[in-house]
Amino acid sequence: MNATQEIASVNTPSRRSPDSEETPVREPPAPPPEVSGAEAPKLTVENLNAWYGTNHALHGVNLRVPARSVMAAIGPSGCGKSTFLRCLNRMHELIPGARAEGTLLIDGKDLLGRDVDPVNLRRRVGMVFQRPNPFPTMSIRDNVASGLKLNGVAGSHGEIVERTLRQSALWDEVKDRLDASALSLSGGQQQRLCIARALAVEPEVLLMDEPASALDPIATAKIEDLIHELKERYTIVIVTHNMQQAGRVSDQTAFFYMGDLVEVGPTEKIFTNPSEKRTEDYVTGKFG
Amino acid sequence: MAPETHTDKVYEAELAQLRDRLLAMGGKVEAAIAGSVRALIERDASLAEKVIAQDKDVNRAEVEIDEMCRRLLALRQPAASDLRFITTALKIVTDLERMGDLAVNVAERATDLSQSPPTRPFHDLTALADLSGSQLEKALDAFVEKNVEKAEEVIEGDDLLDAIYHRLFNDLLAYMMEDSRVIRRATSIMFAAKQLERFGDHATNVAEMVVYMVRGTDVRHPGSRGEGAPVKSA
Repeated sequence: MNATQEIASVNTPSRRSPDSEETPVREPPAPPPEVSGAEAPKLTVENLNAWYGTNHALHGVNLRVPARSVMAAIGPSGCGKSTFLRCLNRMHELIPGARAEGTLLIDGKDLLGRDVDPVNLRRRVGMVFQRPNPFPTMSIRDNVASGLKLNGVAGSHGEIVERTLRQSALWDEVKDRLDASALSLSGGQQQRLCIARALAVEPEVLLMDEPASALDPIATAKIEDLIHELKERYTIVIVTHNMQQAGRVSDQTAFFYMGDLVEVGPTEKIFTNPSEKRTEDYVTGKFG
Repeated sequence: MAPETHTDKVYEAELAQLRDRLLAMGGKVEAAIAGSVRALIERDASLAEKVIAQDKDVNRAEVEIDEMCRRLLALRQPAASDLRFITTALKIVTDLERMGDLAVNVAERATDLSQSPPTRPFHDLTALADLSGSQLEKALDAFVEKNVEKAEEVIEGDDLLDAIYHRLFNDLLAYMMEDSRVIRRATSIMFAAKQLERFGDHATNVAEMVVYMVRGTDVRHPGSRGEGAPVKSA
């Protein structure tokens, strides 16, 4: 190789040159990642409509929640996300004048049928509310066991109390004072107590309606950490106004607006590149 | 229909400010590359010195824009198109800063060459300078207009830039072979041409980030995605 060739060989244009291997060919976008894995849906919702009197609050919602995953429902106030949640364990119909129609399946079995006992259903689909609502006159132990007693399960329930308090990450903080009043606990502890109470009857699905909105950031982090652990066993649907929280805890996010399910998809996609303009406007804060 | 602007007007203004700062920085880099090539061709040492001195403005802009992006990420938790805009800003600010450095390199060659006898003119050098400058201009336009088609024109336009570089390179080689006394000067021009070719590559980077910003799809390095496990925690 003479000197000129040598210079020529080291001076080929850098990586975007026509002769380099790497050509700027655009490839088709990758398909969205499967969130659900191979699991069959735990919850299937088909054409769910809900009314408050004549007010049509939910318009034909269709979605599936895979087993052992977290779905977050987001949207502005009045969008129908809490109504949606309340339909899932038939609490919606407890409101005078309210009704719901459509298909709701757990493991493929209908939940809205007339032969389904709502009390039985609520044992399978537990709920945690926005404000911690332990029974104020009961001890910590009795709060956890209250669902069991209501369901006619006899015994002292000591084992279940310990197990569910451990599951709700509260055991170490209360194990020496199980007979103290539930009201002696902090707000965050009370909320975890309510989660323990919901878990004691061994539900399959856990519904959470703004479970951390009344809590400080540390208590919130404990609840969110707990959600990560609980999804190993349970299927969770959480309603939240806090979009960062939805991003932190959920596998899928459903965006509701004015009674419509606008978009549902992998949480990462909803917060980085949603398909629907209304979703984009909501997550970027462009709603009036 | 939903409004086009953010409900939080302060946030809206912060995003607009970030965009304006990036454009101002891009404008400085455009001026720098144009100035450095003019200094080279017109053998204007004082213009070259000016280009070199002004690079500190570009460097300062990089630091300030980085800081703005960090602040927005920490305080606003941006999502969707805002998130893509801010991460794009963080990436292209690095390209712009490096493009400023390339202009300085050209300006340094210009200083050097202005003290030597002139060479014969190389039209491709002007063509290369014009094209690399317009590639950046078009990439910045695509950024402002959120225009994917324009960004794709930039990405495709890099081939032409490379072709001109190749031709100029061979032309300079022939020039050196004809007359060994010009080797030092011709090598300087070759070095400057290489900076312009690299400048175009950075303009392509900017354009690729614009495609990501608008569409949410990454068009860089085809075939290199989907190999790692998703980072989403269990």
